[in-house]
Amino acid sequence: MNEIPPTESVLSLYRTMCLIRAFDTHAGDARRAGKLRGSVHEYIGQEAIATGVCANLDRADYISSYHRGHGHCLAKGADPEAMMKELYGRVGGVCGGKGGSMHVADFSLGILGANGVVADGVTIAVGAAHAVKMKGEQRVVVAFFGDGAMNRGPMLEALNWASVFGLPVLFVCEDNLYSDRTRTGSVSAGPGPLARAAAFGIAGETVDGNDVIAVSEAAARHVREVREHSRPRFLHATTYRWRGHLALDKGLYRDPREVERWQAVDPIVRTASWLSSRGVERTGLSRENDAAIERVARAVAAAETAPWPDHTTLYTDVQDVGAPS
Amino acid sequence: MTYAQAALTALAQEMERDGSVWVLGEDLGPEGGVAGQYLGLQQRFGKTRIVDTPICENTIMGAGVGAALCGTRPVIELRYADFGICAADEIVNQAAKVRYMLGGQVRAPLVIRQPIGFRDGMAAQHSQSTEAWWVHVPGLVVVAPSNPADNHALLKAAIRCDDPVVYMEHKELWTVAGEVDEAAQPAALGQANVAKRGSDVTIVTWSSMVGVCLEAAQALEARGCSAEVIDLRTLWPWDRETVFESVARSRRLLVVHQAVKVGGFGGEIVAEASEQLFDRLVTAPRRLGAPRVPVPYAEPLETMCRVGAADVVRTAEAMML
Repeated sequence: MNEIPPTESVLSLYRTMCLIRAFDTHAGDARRAGKLRGSVHEYIGQEAIATGVCANLDRADYISSYHRGHGHCLAKGADPEAMMKELYGRVGGVCGGKGGSMHVADFSLGILGANGVVADGVTIAVGAAHAVKMKGEQRVVVAFFGDGAMNRGPMLEALNWASVFGLPVLFVCEDNLYSDRTRTGSVSAGPGPLARAAAFGIAGETVDGNDVIAVSEAAARHVREVREHSRPRFLHATTYRWRGHLALDKGLYRDPREVERWQAVDPIVRTASWLSSRGVERTGLSRENDAAIERVARAVAAAETAPWPDHTTLYTDVQDVGAPS
Repeated sequence: MTYAQAALTALAQEMERDGSVWVLGEDLGPEGGVAGQYLGLQQRFGKTRIVDTPICENTIMGAGVGAALCGTRPVIELRYADFGICAADEIVNQAAKVRYMLGGQVRAPLVIRQPIGFRDGMAAQHSQSTEAWWVHVPGLVVVAPSNPADNHALLKAAIRCDDPVVYMEHKELWTVAGEVDEAAQPAALGQANVAKRGSDVTIVTWSSMVGVCLEAAQALEARGCSAEVIDLRTLWPWDRETVFESVARSRRLLVVHQAVKVGGFGGEIVAEASEQLFDRLVTAPRRLGAPRVPVPYAEPLETMCRVGAADVVRTAEAMML
């Protein structure tokens, strides 16, 4: 078994998870209240995965994300205010209000993009890794995707590609049991994601995705392996999303007892228990959580009062050759 | 040198000039691509810059996008335009949009080579001309060279372009030879070439149809009709100025392409010209293209789908009445 991690580093993971929870609690509520537009996919319940993995990455490392991308961006260090402005479509949004929730990304932190097409971010990740290897850089690329992505062709192509070319990619499958509204098990053949990765010669493991310490330890091992040997690895993290597929989906296709069972293993509550068993005061943990909520509230206030993008930006950054006017 | 050799020369020059240029696609090494347009490059630049990939167009294209975002300039080989459709998701949803969706934080400088057109009974899944599909997508540049010199100068320009470029060579032009100035500067994207001057009718075309239209123009000349032939070279952006100037003079517009006529790019040119120059036209603009059928195998049937010089002559003469 692993050594007991330092309390301070677990406290840091706890803070990040609280921030993600606070951010997405507001994002979902704001969408349901009609303050945001389009698709908002909440990450609530899955916070331990982005947090545990990104804690083992450097700023220069790349990540690619998918439609449920807020948690990955925050865990990689993106500014919650710039992200919230993006969700509100305002000036100061990290993508200038052109991307919104589904495309939120801060490229300066190595975030290659959240993506609205299932599994496409994974093909982009292997391309990024290809460039990293060509240029002789030491960066690692992490591809986050859901269990639904495991059934798309590009996902399987990308696994093959990464293995054939020996690329520094960590594939992280966030298995929340559902592909949109369909139970993934009912539409997937074979013994599961890890076996599929193994079929391409990619080693990996399944980890309890609601245990941030376990995720972080597993990620540390795999990231090291990927970085040192430039070969892909696969992390299958089991978890659950508390909310529907997106904010306007009530998730009524799920048995309420199933939701309760998973809420009982809330990654944040579990981490708080661990920390208090290590002597961290409960009141201190509450203050951390309150601080995250307060930080998000400030981001929301800034977003709600920020101006709309100028109309001229409609036409910028499409293309230079043959640009629209 | 041939059209294929011209492209090969341009690519080699660009790879020599810029170490971040590399190629990924199927069967590049052993025989140098479907037309030898990569012949010898793997031996010269190695397997890390001329990369033989598995058959997986989604990931070839997606990986190209990822690599372009991370500081390299990939040239993506998709063999035929028909297989470009296999990678359409990554071209349309990723390459063309990533810069905009991320608010200008990144660019995707890449070239997507996917040859169009008929060639020797290749039938329905290997003969399509899909250029209009890509013109419709904001974010993409679309290029279709008609001769070796242009294939050399335009490929250089496409590789140096910071926007994603769909680069559409024509299969029947691969072996066509012509003069190529290897020291030529990259062509200006978006600039048409007036292939033949004329005053009575403006024929706008591109790719393999340029040769057909020049042949027709010669026949028309003999019958007393002076046709101007404009080779667009770049379909997006297309050179409105050159086309409109010519049509304003000749007062007649005929667009000729090998692609299916319905929904083709000819419709866009005719519509734009009609909007801009309606009062200058003395007759309705016309289009020639393939019938809306999958390309058949049998030679006489395939020939029925081809726009030939006689069709162009007949249509232009009808417009003179």
